[in-house]
Amino acid sequence: MNAVTEKNFGEKKLGALIVDDEELARQILRELLHAHPEIQILAECANGFEAVKAVAEHKPDLLFLDVQMPKLSGFDVLELIERDIAVIFVTAYDQYAMKAFEVQAVDYLLKPIGRERFEAALERATKRVGEKMPPAHDLAAASRPPQQYLERLVVRDGTRVTLIPTAKLDYVEAQDDYVALATHGAKHLKQQTIASIEAGLDPARFVRIHRSYIVNFERVVRIEPYGKDSRLAILADGTRLPVSRTGYARLKSLLDDRT
Amino acid sequence: MHPLLTRRSYLGAYLAVWLPLACLLVFLIKVSGGIGILEATVVVVPMAVLFAAACLSAWYTCRATPLRSSGITRVFATHLVAAFILSFLWAQIGRVYAHALSTAPSFQGLDVRYEAHSAILIVSGVLLYLVNVGFFYVLIALEASRAAEARVLETSVLARDAELKALKAQVNPHFLFNSLNSISALTSSDPAKAREMCILLAEFLRMTLGLGEKSAIPFSEELSLVHRFLAIEKVRFGSRLNMTEDIAEDCKILLVPPLLLQPLIENAVTHGIANLPDGGSVRLAARCQAGRLSVLVENTFDAESTPSHRNGMGLQNVRQRLEARYPKQANMRVTADAARFQVSLSLPAEPQEEPWAEPKENLPATPKEVQR
Repeated sequence: MNAVTEKNFGEKKLGALIVDDEELARQILRELLHAHPEIQILAECANGFEAVKAVAEHKPDLLFLDVQMPKLSGFDVLELIERDIAVIFVTAYDQYAMKAFEVQAVDYLLKPIGRERFEAALERATKRVGEKMPPAHDLAAASRPPQQYLERLVVRDGTRVTLIPTAKLDYVEAQDDYVALATHGAKHLKQQTIASIEAGLDPARFVRIHRSYIVNFERVVRIEPYGKDSRLAILADGTRLPVSRTGYARLKSLLDDRT
Repeated sequence: MHPLLTRRSYLGAYLAVWLPLACLLVFLIKVSGGIGILEATVVVVPMAVLFAAACLSAWYTCRATPLRSSGITRVFATHLVAAFILSFLWAQIGRVYAHALSTAPSFQGLDVRYEAHSAILIVSGVLLYLVNVGFFYVLIALEASRAAEARVLETSVLARDAELKALKAQVNPHFLFNSLNSISALTSSDPAKAREMCILLAEFLRMTLGLGEKSAIPFSEELSLVHRFLAIEKVRFGSRLNMTEDIAEDCKILLVPPLLLQPLIENAVTHGIANLPDGGSVRLAARCQAGRLSVLVENTFDAESTPSHRNGMGLQNVRQRLEARYPKQANMRVTADAARFQVSLSLPAEPQEEPWAEPKENLPATPKEVQR
């Protein structure tokens, strides 16, 4: 025991965060990690907001992340943090999430957590420290039950996390590597492609009207011609968005579906 | 069994159709000449009745050669042969009958006159038989579609029954695995509490499984199930879960469908409390007034992070079962404002048949008594 500690003394310890809304669930992970002096628990978080803050503050190498948590799920947290943290997801029962983990080769633990599985997942994860996780949106998309769309989007500005219900979203605009989410006159930047946002939004409510724009169908008040072959969508608040030829066709077919 | 022989109204209709056919036959024989209207009637009407009876046999030939699986040639050949044989035999019987009649003075020579018309009789016999065949095929098709309809109805009833049973016995896997995880955590930090929780969980599962077969249970039994559920969830959520209860004593002996409250309480915890980082409270109240039982389940919740579709299943199930047991006499109201979710039920107060009978349940009434 002494030798092990000695051996690890000089090496850099790995910093870990435990994120779970249940105290008893955190306690189990704490106990299991007790046998690993090379891993230091930097903080424990009881919800996603705390987790996003703690990640920024402590810069952990390793994250134990519960999937089902109030307000911000484990997937939301993953979306909001740097991608070079090794994450081990923890879930009690979520068939879609489990499938997503398998497909994306993400480590996960099932509650109740057994020591053997824990050790195996930990070993794999420590080897992955510093590597990039698969994009959180892909994982979240894979874990959504079929025919279910995003109810809200999460964005982070520094350590401030904002939840935007999709019903309050006016339009989405692509800006280089980012997308701007426009809601009530405010714009929130998010690092995600417009295509992956489009895939998560309900196609009966959101239309890709242009290579760089997705609009909330309910906000559109009229369409005006603009130059040759293109048009403008005028939103309720007066915003003018370009509409491409294929975008116009999509708008029209949605309109036909509705009437 | 022959459908015309089992149902009287059908047989009546069948014979009624034969009446004009018999008249037509009399007319045919008369216009072909050489025979008086009286003679034609006396010969043809009994023969028509006889043939109507004989044609009933076409049903069995039709059944034996179903249109769908037998080839068209086989169908035609079978019925034509049957038609000719039957008509020929029929005409022969007619001949014997005419012969017998001709011995009477007023019908003298009828056998000779009959001979001249036997060809017409055979041909009309064949045609009439074939019309019957067509009629029976229509009848068979009708019976088949009616049987299919009945089968569909039966399967849908069975499916609903099965669904109900499954729902009754359903334990939320999320709840189960999370509880096991809590027990696992407690085994090292608080073994006594771990044991207590094991017992609570076992009792909860046992009660839930047992309820699947019952159609109604005393309200007190449902309450003790709910108490166990909440005691288990309280261990998981700690101070985040607060519970208040206000049950009028006279409600407890009333009968309710099993698992009426439990899904509502489970909803309140998993979609209400679990979505609140700082927790919230669940309030359960029941009153019995003017022959009706009213129950209220109220919980704090976060309107923005609770997707509406997730709430639906448990609530819909409760609504359906209320409607099944008390058609048009029970109602369920769901209201929600920014922070509070409310479900209120109102159903007929159903007294137990023997309110004085000893409760068979040997489990303690409240989980507090489990602690030793």
